[in-house]
Amino acid sequence: MVLKGRAWKYGDDVDTDVIIPARYLNTSDPAELARHCMEDIDREYAARVAPGDFLVAGKNFGCGSSREHAPIAIKASGASAVIARSFARIFYRNAFNTGLPIFEAPRAVDEIDAGDLLAVDMRNGSLRNETKGREYGIAPIPPFMQELVAAGGLLRYMAARRKERVGP
Amino acid sequence: MGMTLTEKILARHAGKEKVEPGELILARVDLALGNDVTSPLAIQAFRSLGIGEVFDREKIALVPDHFTPNKDIRSADQARMMRDFAREQGIVNYFEVGRMGIEHVLLPDEGLVVPGDLVIGADSHTCTYGALCAFSTGVGSTDLAAAMISGEVWLKVPESVRIVLSGRPGKWVEGKDIILHIIGTIGVDGALYQSMEYAGDGLAALPMAWRFTISNMAIEAGAKNGIFPFDGVTKAYADGRSAREYAVVVADRDARYSGEIAVDLGALEPQVAFPHLPENSRPLSRVGNVPIDQVVVGSCTNGRIEDLRSACSVLRGRKVHGNVRMLVFPATQEIHLQAMREGLAEIFVEAGAAFSTPTCGPCLGGHMGILAQGERAVATTNRNFVGRMGHPESEVYLANPAVAAASAVLGRIGSPDEIS
Ligand code: SF4
Repeated sequence: MVLKGRAWKYGDDVDTDVIIPARYLNTSDPAELARHCMEDIDREYAARVAPGDFLVAGKNFGCGSSREHAPIAIKASGASAVIARSFARIFYRNAFNTGLPIFEAPRAVDEIDAGDLLAVDMRNGSLRNETKGREYGIAPIPPFMQELVAAGGLLRYMAARRKERVGP
Repeated sequence: MGMTLTEKILARHAGKEKVEPGELILARVDLALGNDVTSPLAIQAFRSLGIGEVFDREKIALVPDHFTPNKDIRSADQARMMRDFAREQGIVNYFEVGRMGIEHVLLPDEGLVVPGDLVIGADSHTCTYGALCAFSTGVGSTDLAAAMISGEVWLKVPESVRIVLSGRPGKWVEGKDIILHIIGTIGVDGALYQSMEYAGDGLAALPMAWRFTISNMAIEAGAKNGIFPFDGVTKAYADGRSAREYAVVVADRDARYSGEIAVDLGALEPQVAFPHLPENSRPLSRVGNVPIDQVVVGSCTNGRIEDLRSACSVLRGRKVHGNVRMLVFPATQEIHLQAMREGLAEIFVEAGAAFSTPTCGPCLGGHMGILAQGERAVATTNRNFVGRMGHPESEVYLANPAVAAASAVLGRIGSPDEIS
């Protein structure tokens, strides 16, 4: 699968309070959350993001709270993936559990400017900056996580385990 | 090669002799926690699979604390979804308003977390219980749903960094200052994906309340958990608190650590973390003149009775500055009651502070103490991100309860020494 879109570029330590401010956590409706995504650091984002675009950021993306509303808001905003130098750990697992693709690609991040056209090929693990004409490798998904994906996600995987242990 | 505290607890819960950093495991959980913000998503996910009952109705805790007492209609709907689920499933540890508390203070106080446990919670500050020599970490709502289904969680075994404390802390230095100093030294991703394991002869000087504060903010250094060894202080807190037996886990002498950080408690001053990251900490003497509009004492970081006592020791017989609003949130009903019995509530109210029912409220900019554009607060909470307590152009400075109280009197960030 190839993801394609433009880059929205941010700095280091983008926290979950700016991805989706807590004042909007009185709902878990994805469309509503998407309307406020990133608004405390970028008023333009939610209004102008195009389907398939990428969030590109520095280190420790998604630090702060455990709110799954953060990856949900990003996904519902239309972004196809987040590319960062590194991710905060709860955000990492939430993104994975909710099906938002994320990629650690420090060198690519350094060389991406806002608005660059990017293409990520998830199958062969490559990221292409089409604006700059450069290509980068991205780390493959660990085997255990591939198992979860094959089972149809974390919840189905756990439901199958429960059946094994306690019966239906 | 031996194992660290975290490795040992994870191995026991994964049914393994040994685990190694980097390994992905499925582990049994002793308790899974959700709140009024994160549970609704987990409940929807749980229901979507058509599974009838949770794996164990005694091993789930549901606590309405973020937007409760209900802030508005939407938060009331979310709280109700959680309440309905708790009733339908017969969840034993559901805590209604009036009998609740901020989850991370409530659960250990109620004896629901004991030493040696593995606890996950759909809240990032679930790492608080490491203070009890338990492994606990924050996860998302889908993880909570998965745990409600099978009683398990997938975890990557973290590397552990050893934090060696020595010496005795000086006047006005508390647990908060120790952790703010550490985060200031290593940065908000300084322990990313790692376990912070405390050690050293300085531990003896750390009361349980301080340990909770220190473990609470492990996440602010990017860590998976922050864990203390079991000692006499832990024992005194844990004994007789729970119907469940606890396990004393000890790190092996030859355990492997990814690094070591030494902290001389005697050299520390009270710390203040400047906006907009907890790593922007400075010694109090280097703060300069920072006028403030609001002071918040409370939260899962510093809403314990010891914290209220500390604030009161400064506030007693004094008045909150005319330009300042001071809000005090005891973390649980029990602490609220204790504060009334000890006369602390009276000290706060007589000083001109608002003394509230337990809630997360202003800590996450939820309700009850939101900052306007350009306003500044000193808070005993754990995060000072952009917009954390209200308007994106407001500011939060993190400090310990004594410094917060002194600042309330002074109308600017300052030391208790300036008013005594
Ligand atoms: S007090 Fe603040 S940090 Fe603690 S659980 Fe509540 S919102 Fe989170």
